Amino acid sequence: MKKVYVNEDWCLACHLCEFYCAAANSGKDLIKAFKYSDKKPVPRIKVEEGSEVNFAVQCRHCEGKACVKGCIAGALSIVDGVVVCDENKCVGCYTCVLSCPFGCIVIDEEGHRIQKCDLCTKNHNGEPACVQGCPNKAIVFEER
Amino acid sequence: MNYVIIGNSAAAVGTISGIREIDSTGKITVISDEKYHTYSRPLISYWLEGKVSDKNIYYRPADFYEKNGVETILGKKVTKIDTAKKCVVLDDGLSVPYDKLMVATGSKPFVPPMNGLEKTNYHTFMSYDSVKAIRSEIREGMKVLIIGAGLIGLKAAEALSAYKTDITVVDMADRILPSILDERAGLKMQKHIESKGVKFILKTSADEFTEHKAKLKNGEEVDFDMLIVAVGVRPNTELISDAGGKVERGIITDMTLKTSLDDIYAAGDCTVSYDASSDTEKILALLPNAYMQGEVAGRNMAGREFYYVNAIPMNAIGFFGLHIISAGSYDGEEYVTETENTYKKLVFRENTLKGYILMGDVARAGIYTSMIKERIDLGDVDIEMLKDKPQMMMFSKERREEKLGGIIK
Repeated sequence: MKKVYVNEDWCLACHLCEFYCAAANSGKDLIKAFKYSDKKPVPRIKVEEGSEVNFAVQCRHCEGKACVKGCIAGALSIVDGVVVCDENKCVGCYTCVLSCPFGCIVIDEEGHRIQKCDLCTKNHNGEPACVQGCPNKAIVFEER
Repeated sequence: MNYVIIGNSAAAVGTISGIREIDSTGKITVISDEKYHTYSRPLISYWLEGKVSDKNIYYRPADFYEKNGVETILGKKVTKIDTAKKCVVLDDGLSVPYDKLMVATGSKPFVPPMNGLEKTNYHTFMSYDSVKAIRSEIREGMKVLIIGAGLIGLKAAEALSAYKTDITVVDMADRILPSILDERAGLKMQKHIESKGVKFILKTSADEFTEHKAKLKNGEEVDFDMLIVAVGVRPNTELISDAGGKVERGIITDMTLKTSLDDIYAAGDCTVSYDASSDTEKILALLPNAYMQGEVAGRNMAGREFYYVNAIPMNAIGFFGLHIISAGSYDGEEYVTETENTYKKLVFRENTLKGYILMGDVARAGIYTSMIKERIDLGDVDIEMLKDKPQMMMFSKERREEKLGGIIK
């Protein structure tokens, strides 16, 4: 299955992936999403910055699927290998935040429920927006 | 193969999933004394509060049984397991044969003997029916008395505060949520809940109930219109013990989730688990634990050999908007930081992270959880980064490549 991978030697920590991710999932363009929204949309990808390397982390759609198995509401499920969240069912208990070994489940801008990377399968972006927006090709979408 | 599952919550659903991974054709029958399609027990408080609809309380979609080839017998109670005949007997006398049996019977509210309670109308807080009963009686302005300041009692308090009720919570312990919080964090949460109008009376218990009044052992009297008893739960173990199976505080299983009885497995809140963070056996009455036990058991029932390991106590819960995530054991060397709205405690022992409490800021907590479960040696991580916040940066490049890079070594 194709997944998003990050080459930490190439990441500039420019955070553009975060902006593109949040905008794509907000359904607005970048400027409207960040300049003219009351609450800034929260990205589902997180850039970690270090003194030597930087890298972005997002859902690995991993084997363990502890988030899906632990979801108390039945809001998380697997669709064609992609872990997706039904926002209408999520109650914001954050059991998935407790369970995710990569720290990839984020709390939405309202602070009421979670959101997570679904490889842009639920928005209209086509290919993952973080990959498209990375200026240094540090983020790739490929089979490994 | 003929599989029978007693119970219809998380452990049962996990069992169905585990069986179906291996065996797509065997017959599966789910038997439950509750009449509902599988619903999420932890969502009952959200339902009562009005945050979850009748439709969304269900744990799996409406076509779940059909898609998984599951037959259901709902609203009937199993009264006996006949191991000689390999069947279970229902309360209407019908018997259902099994080749492999799953006992996922969960737990029941524990109601200790209290003077006058038998003559008082009270509720427990455990099932869809129990919150439906509360919903039908609750009225704005009512005085509600809740006995028990644990997870269930406080979730009940949060839900009922949405009805503009006057809530008092009484508990024998000197602090709230003792099962998941330390003293300091408990006090912080208590102040937060008090700021929402809930009153606590701690270090005492009810001495006597009369119709609308509780006399407490400390001499205080509390009037109430509604009484909720939420002091704890007890595992439903009788079916196994009556059949001669090994039961201690809960049903005893091996690492494959098989009980001491042939072809009979158990999972969920009715079982005793091995807590890998404290190396002790205990009941881990947690939904994720129930589901994952059921899944492993289901695969084993279908003829494979899987082991359930690395279970630890862990909780994610919030009250009135203040969230807590905690996991593991709190016995060890502590690192604590606190601000007005947050609390963080990390507990180290044997050069590993053994437990943590995060309150307020719970972001990325699962990175800590994975360190406890995997017993990651602190020699391999950047301790200052670990203390600062959960982050993948604290690990070695090799571990990151393995975890994030799709490179399996």
